[in-house]
Amino acid sequence: MSSVAPLPPQTSSLRMIQVLGGIAMLSGFLVVLTYQLTLPRIELNRQRAIERAVFQVLPGATTRRDFLVDDDGVRPASEGGGGTKVYAAYDADGKLKGIAAEAGARGYQDIVRILYGYDPACQCITGFAVLQSTETPGLGDKITKDAKFLANFPLDARLAADGRQLANAIVTVKHGSKTGPWQIDAISGATITSTAVGKGLNNSAQNLLPRLQPHIQALEVQP
Amino acid sequence: MAGRKRDDTITADTFLEGIWRENPVFVMLLGMCPVLAVTNSVMNAIAMGLATTFVLIGSSTLVSLLRNVIPKQVRIATYIVIIATFVTIVDYVIQAISLDLYNALGAFIQLIVVNCIILGRAEAYASKNRPLKAIVSGLGMGSGFTIALLCLGSVRELLGSGTLLGFSVFGAQFEPWVVMILPPGGFFVLGAWLLLFNWLRERKARLELKEETVHAR
Repeated sequence: MSSVAPLPPQTSSLRMIQVLGGIAMLSGFLVVLTYQLTLPRIELNRQRAIERAVFQVLPGATTRRDFLVDDDGVRPASEGGGGTKVYAAYDADGKLKGIAAEAGARGYQDIVRILYGYDPACQCITGFAVLQSTETPGLGDKITKDAKFLANFPLDARLAADGRQLANAIVTVKHGSKTGPWQIDAISGATITSTAVGKGLNNSAQNLLPRLQPHIQALEVQP
Repeated sequence: MAGRKRDDTITADTFLEGIWRENPVFVMLLGMCPVLAVTNSVMNAIAMGLATTFVLIGSSTLVSLLRNVIPKQVRIATYIVIIATFVTIVDYVIQAISLDLYNALGAFIQLIVVNCIILGRAEAYASKNRPLKAIVSGLGMGSGFTIALLCLGSVRELLGSGTLLGFSVFGAQFEPWVVMILPPGGFFVLGAWLLLFNWLRERKARLELKEETVHAR
């Protein structure tokens, strides 16, 4: 170790603390500077990622507004508070195209987080986009590419007569045994991921749609 | 990393030895974790290589500048703080450039902190050389690392997805070898490249030996 030749053999503790403290200060300064400089871009990217997913699951939409849904009804997200966040998307004329919400369920590797689009006009789920997934490449990630799997959508999500749950629970069935429009035909070879999509959609829709549907008029017009 | 002359001249070798003679992946087998984990596509390989190169150059510069200030008892702690700083900077910058890329690279950006190439270069090279020389050497090592990742990434993406940088190469009827983009594929491809490099190296050594014996006669 010839690097510290000019120093005396016994370095004082004070000197070590000085050096470490000085370098930690310099590091802190650099990190904070980078954080401040990149923050606007990162926020913009996050917004864009959500926007892209919303417009992907609700084709034709051009603008969106965020709302919170809980037991008391629906209110704009800007008012704050708890509840499930949903994105209402509108077309160029300001007409409601549909509502996007997040869903998630355990897949093969980890939670598969998706964003799905709900069209109140047909009471159906129009499609979904993957927000986060670590599923096996070539198998589990087929859920976004497999044409037969995507043909499951629009997926029936009508409410039952009492309006408290779905008329038919959304389920994933074995490849090739789909009989109703509320069933999802699994991809053979990616059954676990397909099931996760079905389970996530069902959990979210059963919870959200009975609360959302009675207040849908509140979202209809864009201010 | 033994046996290097400690003079201050910067030659082409300062840069080139990181690419060929002391290539961090193919010769020193350092930093295997990101090498095997993120090379399932060319884009990921390039991003990881560039991120590591940036951290390598940044930390080498700072370590080299401070080499006479840092007491040797706390040098490792200091190096880690310096490296972690540059990794955090890269982390934010990648998020600002593209969230998709950030998600694809996952935890491996943060894990550059513990990449032994960087700490190894800080300890063995940057702390003993002038900043300019450390920068050139860091650039060489980083390029060597990036090239190695590219070697793995291009083969794996080509065979595992039938694409290169996202463009289809073999057409729609190609059945991808899915195993190539899964972890075992990383080992297969790394093994194949090591075989090739070692064969080339041995052949060169054999030829040189032969030449010497001819001269000796």
